[in-house]
Amino acid sequence: MSNEPILKVRDVKVHFPIHKAKKWPWDKAPMLKAVDGVNIDLYAGETLGVVGESGCGKSTFARAIIGLVKATEGQIEWNGKNIVGLSEKDMNEVRKDIQMIFQDPLASLNPRMTIGDIIAEPLRNYYPETPKAEVLQRVREMMTKVGLLPNVINRYPHEFSGGQCQRIGIARALILKPKLIICDEPVSALDVSIQAQVVNLLKEIQKEMGLSLIFIAHDLSVVKHISDRVLVMYLGNEVETAKSEPMYADPRHPYTKALLSAVPIPDPKLERAKEIELLEGDLPSPISPPSGCVFRTRCPIADASCAKDRPILSDLGQEHYVACPKAL
Amino acid sequence: MFTFAIKRFAVAIPTLFILITLSFFLMQMAPGSPFTGDFNMPPEILANLEAKYHLNEPLWKQFAYYLSDLLHGDLGPSFKYKDYTVNELVAQSFPVSLTIGSIAFVITVIMGVGLGTLAALKQNSWVDYTVMTFSMVGVVLPSFVIAPLMVLAFAVVLPWLPAGGWNDGSWQNMVLPVAAMAILYVAAVARIMRSSMIETMNSNFIRTARAKGLPNSHIIFKHALKPSLLPVVSYLGPAFVGIITGSVVIETVFGLPGIGQHFVNGALNRDYSLVLGLTVIIGALTILFTAIVDILYGLIDPKIRVGR
Repeated sequence: MSNEPILKVRDVKVHFPIHKAKKWPWDKAPMLKAVDGVNIDLYAGETLGVVGESGCGKSTFARAIIGLVKATEGQIEWNGKNIVGLSEKDMNEVRKDIQMIFQDPLASLNPRMTIGDIIAEPLRNYYPETPKAEVLQRVREMMTKVGLLPNVINRYPHEFSGGQCQRIGIARALILKPKLIICDEPVSALDVSIQAQVVNLLKEIQKEMGLSLIFIAHDLSVVKHISDRVLVMYLGNEVETAKSEPMYADPRHPYTKALLSAVPIPDPKLERAKEIELLEGDLPSPISPPSGCVFRTRCPIADASCAKDRPILSDLGQEHYVACPKAL
Repeated sequence: MFTFAIKRFAVAIPTLFILITLSFFLMQMAPGSPFTGDFNMPPEILANLEAKYHLNEPLWKQFAYYLSDLLHGDLGPSFKYKDYTVNELVAQSFPVSLTIGSIAFVITVIMGVGLGTLAALKQNSWVDYTVMTFSMVGVVLPSFVIAPLMVLAFAVVLPWLPAGGWNDGSWQNMVLPVAAMAILYVAAVARIMRSSMIETMNSNFIRTARAKGLPNSHIIFKHALKPSLLPVVSYLGPAFVGIITGSVVIETVFGLPGIGQHFVNGALNRDYSLVLGLTVIIGALTILFTAIVDILYGLIDPKIRVGR
């Protein structure tokens, strides 16, 4: 692994104006802070897991990296070059290297195209001069790689199961030989046994092609299985980042602790004996987040000082960062 | 796909039969007759006339005669235009309606789809608001308001175009009726197209297409257009018949010798065979084009094709 990260994200924010919430047309629209300051470093061949409950900005963060939504502030450096604010045309050049697979496998495929066309499309788009026979051969190659039989090349997406559709999505993402694949909850719509197949497939392909992955999930056991590094998000904020092992062995932030204690253990005895740190209350609105630390309204160890300043990320050494002054 | 088409047309035949039966008997139930008119006819002549047109026979026999003629492609004689058969009247007037209608239809497809797409892609901008205001006006104003207003504007106040007449189909005579007809349909199609385009652009597979790195034009034309066209196709199929068979109102306002005008005169003159014949033709075309739309659906959307 090289020492320079291929993807460097610094204090990225994605804010959406909520025009509907305006009382008068000349009022300033309140902002929904979907992502509010996230930093990551991702090295070649590594996997970053992103976890957090629904609505914490995981998907928005992923979409900001590939430019599907515009980052309002901050920097995203791809191979040392800032890609925030690039024109759609320049961004498409970056997308040669960064591809994305999505949560709902079937709905993410155009129902009116055969899967052969779906998989071949990125290739035809970026390299229109590729001879037809070669495109076909590459498509078959990719299909074999993701475990699809090449003879189904002329079928339509609705003729496949969810797991197969996700394999089609993976083949489509792989055909350009990208350097990074962003997986936005790729397995949450699938059965557990199929989840394992798809996750293992991603792992194998990663090893074989030297890919980096950003793997978004709300299932912590899946993330543990695949990630080298984990980012925990809460209400658009970065809460804790660490390498996978220290994170799971020694979580520092109260939110991370609560998340990890909620992971079910596949042994009924241990599961019953386990103590779960239940979080009280609901996720606050990202339109008017709590002052100071956004987690304080649900935090078991919060006190008056937490409402004052936004916690800064502190370095615990060994690339372990946590955004809670009490957790040091 | 082929069997699907065959099946679809097979279903159309009984529908057509029911339509013919209903129209025939409803026509018979209407009071009066084409020969009870302004002057009293001697009973002998009336009897002769009725015998000539089989009007003295029982209803079911008349219906049988009509059906057998129809199967031979004969819509019967016109009761009022005594030198003409209904076939001849249709052959004269249909080209007029067809010409006006086809041009209006082409304009409808191009402008309706174009404006709707534009409005959808520039959603909530001034482009969108302009297009939607135009279509709201087009949808709300009936053609009997729009057509005379256009005559007033472009034939009377600004004497650029003739106010009416056919004049063997010179283009000046066609501009106003075509425009009056197209406005209504362009407006409707633009509205349908806009909402379905917005829906498609928000769907997951369009997001995938973006993430693939496809250029915008490619996303719109290759991925978004086809699915967005579905509701437009299902609206335009049946509407197409209405367009090419001529609008009663527009042909009356502009004095065009088309099918719509025959409809009005036939009804006023109690020319039963003419009205019945036109009803059958328009009905048959409607059924035909609805079937064609269903088949087109299968071509556009593979999901509909499979499983039938």
